[in-house]
Amino acid sequence: MLSDYTFIGIFVVVAIAFPIIALALAFFVRPKKPDAVKSSTYECGLETIGETWVQFRVQYYVYALVFVVFDIETVFLYPWAVAYNKLGLFALVEMFIFLAILVGGLIYAWRKGALEWV
Amino acid sequence: MGRKTIFFSNLREAGKPEQTETGKLMDWIANLLIPLIKSLILVIGLLVGFAYMTWAERKLCARFQLRYGPNRAGPFGLLQPVADAFKAIFKEEAIFGQVHSKVIYVIAPGISLAAALLAFAVVPVGPTINSFQVFGFQVPDISLHLAADVNIGVLYLFAIAGLGTYGIVLGGWSSNNKYSLLGALRTTAQLISYELPMGLAIVSVLLLSESLSLVKIVEKQAVLPFVVLQPVAALIYLICGLAETNRSPFDLPETENELVSGFATEYGGIKFAVFFMAEYINMIVVSAVTATLFLGGWQWPAFLADLHPLIAVGLFFVKTAFVLFLFVWIRASLPRVRYDKLMKFCWKFLFPLALVNLAVTAVVVALLPG
Repeated sequence: MLSDYTFIGIFVVVAIAFPIIALALAFFVRPKKPDAVKSSTYECGLETIGETWVQFRVQYYVYALVFVVFDIETVFLYPWAVAYNKLGLFALVEMFIFLAILVGGLIYAWRKGALEWV
Repeated sequence: MGRKTIFFSNLREAGKPEQTETGKLMDWIANLLIPLIKSLILVIGLLVGFAYMTWAERKLCARFQLRYGPNRAGPFGLLQPVADAFKAIFKEEAIFGQVHSKVIYVIAPGISLAAALLAFAVVPVGPTINSFQVFGFQVPDISLHLAADVNIGVLYLFAIAGLGTYGIVLGGWSSNNKYSLLGALRTTAQLISYELPMGLAIVSVLLLSESLSLVKIVEKQAVLPFVVLQPVAALIYLICGLAETNRSPFDLPETENELVSGFATEYGGIKFAVFFMAEYINMIVVSAVTATLFLGGWQWPAFLADLHPLIAVGLFFVKTAFVLFLFVWIRASLPRVRYDKLMKFCWKFLFPLALVNLAVTAVVVALLPG
């Protein structure tokens, strides 16, 4: 078990080193002839107008909020699923109560229009 | 005589602790060196896989559209990926002037790629090859489960897959371009939304496997792959896999016709190549995980897998390649979906479907023990 985590630890180092090497290699060999036009923001040839950080739909934020709720639910389900056969009927009933509460939340979000893309 | 014996026994005794010291050192080196070699092989393997995945995709897409595809560089265009690599490395990039944060702009592709590579660490490629002799040299057991029995395999996969989002979001945010920002926002919403049905589909697999370790999940499928027992979960996983890797028909983050290239608009040269690599390696990972969770990995069909460990590895690769082919096939066949429909499909269809599938699986498993 420990050696498996050693592998993952070393793999983390290799996986982080690889993109660094790739980016550094290109940094040293590529030509560098910057000018003002090249380094302007690309907007299909037009001059860009105003701030980049435009107002965006609040819907993105609402999705993120709903996501957090249900993602935590999913994470809670993992240990339950792994130990399911050892826990018996009790686990089944209890998990159905847990799921029912969350399905209630989903229905509430649905009815309130949190899942609509308006 | 007596003195000599004493001398030698002393020497032996003096030699012993030294030998164990070197033995310990050797063990220590082996403990670090073997994982290092493994990880290098894995990274290089994934890179070659990536390179030839791009080639295969271009070739297949061309054939779907009655074209030839790359056929100039080398036989059948096989050297095309090499040419592309050189092109990416030697390409000029001159977009530093406008970005919000140079540091974030530069490391964002790196985050994406590192996360994509890391995800593969827990996928078991094949069984253990028992020790054998080559030219009188004893080769020890080679375990082809790369990280053999990490008992949190599935959780690890999820955690790492979540990290990959950061690269895209930070890249789009720091580019100082409206297209990039919108692309990054879309990506965030899309990736987090499709993570939910994906997670629930895997929970129903866990009910059958009773373990988070991918090796144990594969071993459970020796008789029957889970795709037979969990066809709905497999389908949900595959659809979410398409969405999570930004593949067509869910490639909204990089829609060419409205956002130019989405989060990657301001990226060029090697940085774009690194994003591209991350995307394709993610695809390979999703395919390999599909093969592992649903198609029986290296274990099924058992009569073939038991013949030789290398045949088992071959089975795993054939299944992964099959799922990758599905990805290309879907790309060549389906048009891109509209963004509101994409979100609606996830939240109002896939997510409830995954919940129902989970509930039904739980009841069935409770009723039929074993």
